[in-house]
Amino acid sequence: MMFLSLAAPAPNAEGSGGASFPPFDPSHFASQLFWLVILFGGLYIVLSRFVLPKLGGVIEKRGDTIADALDEAARLDEQAKEAKQKQEQHLAEARAKARETADKARDKVEAEIAEESRKVDEQLSARLDEAETRIRKVRAEALSNVESIATEATQAMLGRFGVKATKADAKAAVDRATKG
Amino acid sequence: MNLSFRQIADPMHQFEVKKLIEIGPIGGLDLSFTNASFYMLLGCVLIVAFFGMAASRGKLVPSRMQSIAEIGYGFVADMIRGAAGEEGLKFFPFIFTLFFFVFFANMLGMIPYAFTTTSHLIVTGALALLVISIVLIYGFYKNGFKFLKLFAPAGAPWPIYILLVPIEVISFVARPVTLALRLFANMLAGHIMLKLFAGFAITLASLGGAYIVIAPLAFGMGIALNALEFLVAGLQAYVFAILTCVYINDALHPAH
Repeated sequence: MMFLSLAAPAPNAEGSGGASFPPFDPSHFASQLFWLVILFGGLYIVLSRFVLPKLGGVIEKRGDTIADALDEAARLDEQAKEAKQKQEQHLAEARAKARETADKARDKVEAEIAEESRKVDEQLSARLDEAETRIRKVRAEALSNVESIATEATQAMLGRFGVKATKADAKAAVDRATKG
Repeated sequence: MNLSFRQIADPMHQFEVKKLIEIGPIGGLDLSFTNASFYMLLGCVLIVAFFGMAASRGKLVPSRMQSIAEIGYGFVADMIRGAAGEEGLKFFPFIFTLFFFVFFANMLGMIPYAFTTTSHLIVTGALALLVISIVLIYGFYKNGFKFLKLFAPAGAPWPIYILLVPIEVISFVARPVTLALRLFANMLAGHIMLKLFAGFAITLASLGGAYIVIAPLAFGMGIALNALEFLVAGLQAYVFAILTCVYINDALHPAH
């Protein structure tokens, strides 16, 4: 202890106490211990009985409050998720309905278009039939004309050869030749 | 204060106990209220005021002061949990009181002209004996004679115990001694150093001449030591408390 040797030679100015090293002066040990016991004991009682339980309670209460708030937040989050799911479901339903409506409308339009085109087709085919009938008639007429021309030509050619043939005979001959 | 030059230069003057109110002698014992008792009382009053205020306000969203008090509460609780486990929290009020008692005593000692209660071996020794008494009494109360396992760690071959048990016993007996001496010596030496360098600066300056050039160096050293002493004051309170936790852990779980 170098400080001891430093302090020791210094004469005590006050002369009280007598000891040159105050921390080891036994004259105040009783007072030191007495007040230490009273003050430390008192401090322990005050802290352990009143202050610390209250301080701990405050901290605990805060922890509880935070835990409660977190629980509440979790609950609300769950609710929000549920609501979102419900909304998505609604959205999906609405979308399906909309698609259905659109499909119906399209089907209707398509049906109308089919009906219309069928009508037009019918009309067209009716007119086509009519035209064909007419063509057939015209062709038959033309053919019958050819027959009469051939009959007349036959009569005329026979006349040139000097053979008198009746119209009926000529016709019969033409018929024979053409259908032969 | 009319301090003589010798008083300023004497580094031991700050440790002198002076009677403020004479009480006794009662039963042959002088129980006077001294400057040491005053600073002890001041520390206790400050602790109760500080933590009492924080506890009585008890706001859910803490103010700054309440926040600091709660940090102190959590600090001590974590210290006990770390060193002695959840069971150690039984001793929370005791260790809390011990830590802040020493902490405030050390910190009040840093105020110039203040008395450092923890710079007296009788005080630190009494606290260390209190700690070791609690460890012994609780250790035997909880574990019975199994507490003696503390001195004979399991798993060693039996001839080793001839050597091991005395070592363990000595190390246990040394605990209160080192606990008391560590705190006492740190506070004493630190305050002597502070006083020496501060006194040195004044002495050099008053000598005049070329010495004035060196005086600021001594003064600067004093400032640096002051910062170091604040660290030591906090650290030694922590060391005292954490070692108490470690010793209590032995009482809780002697077979280590």
